[in-house]
Amino acid sequence: MKYFKDIWTSLYTIFVGLKITGFHLFEKKVTMQYPDLVHPIKDNLIPLNSRNRIEVDMNRCDGCGSCARACPVNCIEVDLVKVTPGDDIPLFYDGKPRKTWVTKYNLDFAKCCFCSLCIEACPTQANRMTQEFEYAEYDRNNLLYMMSPLTPEEAEVKKKMWADYSAAKKKADAEAKAAAEAKAAAEAKANEADKQ
Amino acid sequence: MEMEHTNFVYDLIGTNTIAYILLALLPMLFLLPYALVAILGELKISAWIQERLGPMRTGWKGVLQPLAEVVKLLQKEDITPSAVNKPLFNLAPFVMFAGAYAAYAVIPFSSVFIPSGINIGLFYVFAVSAFGVIAIVMGGWASNNKYSLLGAMRAASQMISYEIPIAVTILAIATLAGSLDMQTIIVKQGGGFWNWNLFGGPGGIAKLWVIPFTIILFVVYFVGSLAEINRVPFDIPEGESEIVAGYHTEYSGMKFAMFFFAEYSNMFIVSAIITVLFLGGWQSPFGDFLNGPIWQSLWFVSKAMIFVFMQIWIRWTLPRLRVDQLMHVTWKVMLPISFVAFFAVALWAMLSV
Repeated sequence: MKYFKDIWTSLYTIFVGLKITGFHLFEKKVTMQYPDLVHPIKDNLIPLNSRNRIEVDMNRCDGCGSCARACPVNCIEVDLVKVTPGDDIPLFYDGKPRKTWVTKYNLDFAKCCFCSLCIEACPTQANRMTQEFEYAEYDRNNLLYMMSPLTPEEAEVKKKMWADYSAAKKKADAEAKAAAEAKAAAEAKANEADKQ
Repeated sequence: MEMEHTNFVYDLIGTNTIAYILLALLPMLFLLPYALVAILGELKISAWIQERLGPMRTGWKGVLQPLAEVVKLLQKEDITPSAVNKPLFNLAPFVMFAGAYAAYAVIPFSSVFIPSGINIGLFYVFAVSAFGVIAIVMGGWASNNKYSLLGAMRAASQMISYEIPIAVTILAIATLAGSLDMQTIIVKQGGGFWNWNLFGGPGGIAKLWVIPFTIILFVVYFVGSLAEINRVPFDIPEGESEIVAGYHTEYSGMKFAMFFFAEYSNMFIVSAIITVLFLGGWQSPFGDFLNGPIWQSLWFVSKAMIFVFMQIWIRWTLPRLRVDQLMHVTWKVMLPISFVAFFAVALWAMLSV
């Protein structure tokens, strides 16, 4: 009897399976034809662990280089120069004056491994993931994003300005120091003479 | 009883060499579009069952996808590995396809068209279907690859085992119809669907007791035919998760396409045979309603395509059987049951004469 029961069970279960797949045949399909139809992002919020194109808000970035140090594949290069006193002072997003110009912020997406460690490392929360994921390029060089607010020429100008200023300051400092030393030496001599 | 069947090609151009060549090529005219439709069906039905859309980019809703796949296979490099047995390796796909195509010689598409109206049609189909086993063993052995050889051995054991219940089923229908000629078997099932062999063939109210047995034979034949052509759930010769791709691991390009084409061709053949044996072949289900020669071919192809659809449906429903389960099903279940059903049908045939 078990023999016939087994045969019946196997036949019956085959029909159960066929019924299930048969219903799925006519169900609404879940595929979205991607380039034609893009899946809407719910409430305009990106999922917590999504990995997309990284955006750097240069109004927040003060060029500390934490992201460059955190990056495991060295795809970020940061360079900065101090603001010369007397130059027009740039402001942060919140209106506070900033002390540095970020002359270079190069993010090479061809190298990026989307670990998002730079985002965690940033003290001012300038780096963040966007919702943009379609940024394929035909040329690899187009993936090198230069995000500095200054053009290279402007950056050169700012660097030269700071170099001139610091050189002048150094010179002035050296002169002042020399004067101070001379004065100190003269005083010491005078004191010695007084003792004697 | 002897029945004379006309063939429309002979009627048109007489019995000569041109007619023979034409008859040999006519099934190909059906087979090529059929293979494209079946490949598209396989792609689309598999996608729909999984709630996907399937190919959508080639032509309207992806209907040209099979054409693209055929062109792709034709363009591929035809690799012959250096360690293979070259003559056997190169011959195997063609033997496979020759076996698959040879069976079309006795497929009755209509009352006025059967490429070769021999009176042992069923026996012939059964004989040429063994070509597939030879080709698979040839290909598997010549590939000089352990996976291929394993697949070929599995294929041989499986196909030989499943031929026995199939043979018993064919024998039972031959007994019921009193003939091995395809056209005779079909003509006897005429006059409406209740006269089909699935419902015990023609006969009065007394045939009711034999209907369960013919339905059992039908199920046995259908299951056996799935195993005979290596379709899921009996695709252990090419079980991808176990032995790479079985006997066609080393094949690529056109030679693989031949195996592929032969599989789809075989799908139609077993569906056609099941239609002839159980569903009245080209007979209209409603007696003489729409039973002209052209309508007959339409009925025949649509009945067969239902079974092609069933095969695809089952493929995307059931998992693969294990080898021992496979042997259990054929030797311990299908064989004794088909013997009992054969005995009952033979008794009925004897009593109803």
